[in-house]
Amino acid sequence: MIEKFVSLKAVAIPLDRENVDTDAIIPARFLKTIKRTGLGERLFHAWRFDETGTEMPDFPLNVAPYRGGKILVAGENFGCGSSREHAVWALMDYGIRAVLAPSFGDIFHNNALKNGLLPVRLAAVEVRELIRQVTESPGAKISIDLPGQNVTGPDGATYRFDIGSFPKECLLKGLDEIALTLAHQEEIDRYERDGKKKTPWLFLDL
Amino acid sequence: MPTIIKKIWDRHVVTERPDGTCLLYIDRHLVHEVTSPQAFEALRLAGRKVRRPMSLLAVPDHNVPTSADRLERIEDPDSRLQIETLRENAKEAGIALFDMDDIRQGIVHVTGPENGLILPGITAVCGDSHTSTLGAFGAIAFGIGTSEVEHALATQTLWQKRPREMRITVTGAMGAGVSAKDVILAIIAKIGAGGGTGYAIEYAGEAVRRMSMEERLTICNMTIEAGGRFGMVAPDETTFSYLNGRPAAPKGAQWESAVADWKTLPTDDGASFDREESIDASRIDPQVTWGTSPEDALPVTGFVPDPSDEPDPRKRERMERALRYMDLRPGMRLTDIPVDKVFIGSCTNARIEDLRLAAGVARGRKVADGVTAMVVPGSGLVKRQAEEEGLDRIFLEAGFQWRLPGCSMCLGMNPDRLKPGERCASTSNRNFEGRQGPGGRTHLMSPMMAAAAAFTGRITDVREEL
Ligand code: SF4
Repeated sequence: MIEKFVSLKAVAIPLDRENVDTDAIIPARFLKTIKRTGLGERLFHAWRFDETGTEMPDFPLNVAPYRGGKILVAGENFGCGSSREHAVWALMDYGIRAVLAPSFGDIFHNNALKNGLLPVRLAAVEVRELIRQVTESPGAKISIDLPGQNVTGPDGATYRFDIGSFPKECLLKGLDEIALTLAHQEEIDRYERDGKKKTPWLFLDL
Repeated sequence: MPTIIKKIWDRHVVTERPDGTCLLYIDRHLVHEVTSPQAFEALRLAGRKVRRPMSLLAVPDHNVPTSADRLERIEDPDSRLQIETLRENAKEAGIALFDMDDIRQGIVHVTGPENGLILPGITAVCGDSHTSTLGAFGAIAFGIGTSEVEHALATQTLWQKRPREMRITVTGAMGAGVSAKDVILAIIAKIGAGGGTGYAIEYAGEAVRRMSMEERLTICNMTIEAGGRFGMVAPDETTFSYLNGRPAAPKGAQWESAVADWKTLPTDDGASFDREESIDASRIDPQVTWGTSPEDALPVTGFVPDPSDEPDPRKRERMERALRYMDLRPGMRLTDIPVDKVFIGSCTNARIEDLRLAAGVARGRKVADGVTAMVVPGSGLVKRQAEEEGLDRIFLEAGFQWRLPGCSMCLGMNPDRLKPGERCASTSNRNFEGRQGPGGRTHLMSPMMAAAAAFTGRITDVREEL
């Protein structure tokens, strides 16, 4: 289900790294759950905790003013690698509602939208500037306005971002995508009827 | 004059939104135990049913132990629960299941193709990023998250934006000791781990045409490591003869009409792509990664790079981080890097040809002292065939472990994993921090290269061992 997202003003956490993969966001050994909840404690586990489970003092999530921040600002290709939606669940379970980055792994980007975690693509220079500001003033807030499609940094500068009209509407209303698709039931039925004639070998039972 | 990508895409559009997003029909859906339980649960909670159970295959692979006693016991209760949950979900929905005691069980991307489930011109999805593997048949195959698994289960469709299209042409012929794995590592090093983001990729060119199905599967497998949405190879006689007679492939008159249809799929002459890249296979040396991204691949004859040579400060910082994690010194020879473990397996390199190539290097040799080496076939069928050919004897006599099929040490999820600080020569696809176990260090390479490393105890140019 998509959790509604309209606007947000919150503490932003800088994560100045490129190619943050989903194994880093949530390591595989924590995927052995059949639930979606409780993963926030494991978020960025290998970077956040040492072998004894003690917090690493330098990692941004462990720095007091950033604790509980709801916005993450990261480098290129955020969420690359494995398709695990657990990465999105872990971020959201921790409380993150938006990730700002110059680019995202495609599957992560899709997964984020399906859950109501807003992935915001900004130009690399804009992201670098926001990272600089929230690093220099820990605890500084960023605002995101989805209807207006813009982000306002701590210094008041505003940046526009793109998002498809359909995912935007789903986020704004918190829609159930499956229910929307099932409204196309007849078209799907028709596709299958035609397909059975044209390419019958694709409709053999496995 | 459409490309193969567009031809297959257009065939599957059920309806299109004004913004260009398409509702794509999904022909085949594979599920494994890690990314599906929440999807089945959500369906149940919403009172929905699986729309076309007969288009699905369920197979446990990520969590399964690869030890001989796995049918008697799975130590880890969470793994056991995921596997049991898959079993129950498959049974309840009427989905075919290749369970742990079935000879066809194996890594989902290995077992699907070898049973003829993946055909040219289809759409195939799985809650797993390496679904890109299946594009080797000339299919649109991509990984999805659990919400999309649920959507595909309920509706047999997915909403997708059209991809940008890229063609990568591989010219020339691979030299001795060079394999498809080296070609794809070289491609990723060239275009970067994010270089394919938003793109569908067609692999073309004489080198690809000459490749077997197994080699094409290896190439398409790692499309995701370049960020590509999916990768494919146009079907040809190699594809048809691989498929002919496989259990789920069409038979008789239907086979004839299917082949006639598949011959219309390849990209038309003069079709244009959004981007073109090319690489000369005859100039590719065996590759090995030094860092923590698959793009960190270099010829094995090379040296660990020096961050101080890197002008871009962000790249320099990433390199420094990677070198710290990998515990390597700039400027050292790649062939001076020692290894503790050797892993031959994964959906990238655990098919029969991979095992034959590795066995060719292993014949009559002994694994170096202090090195633990293992071969994990990609499926029960691969394992059986290898045993019929006597490959298991070659590996066992050389001192390798010969294990039961599964994802194994490709990811630290089942009992096969690296200990902190251990260094592994691995035929898998990801060298991310902690991928093979917390603190583990991964060097990606081909099966031949991994076998060579097992015997010398360090990264080795396999061409010196042939
Ligand atoms: S072998 Fe590795 S990459 Fe392939 S499906 Fe299994 S875990 Fe994923």
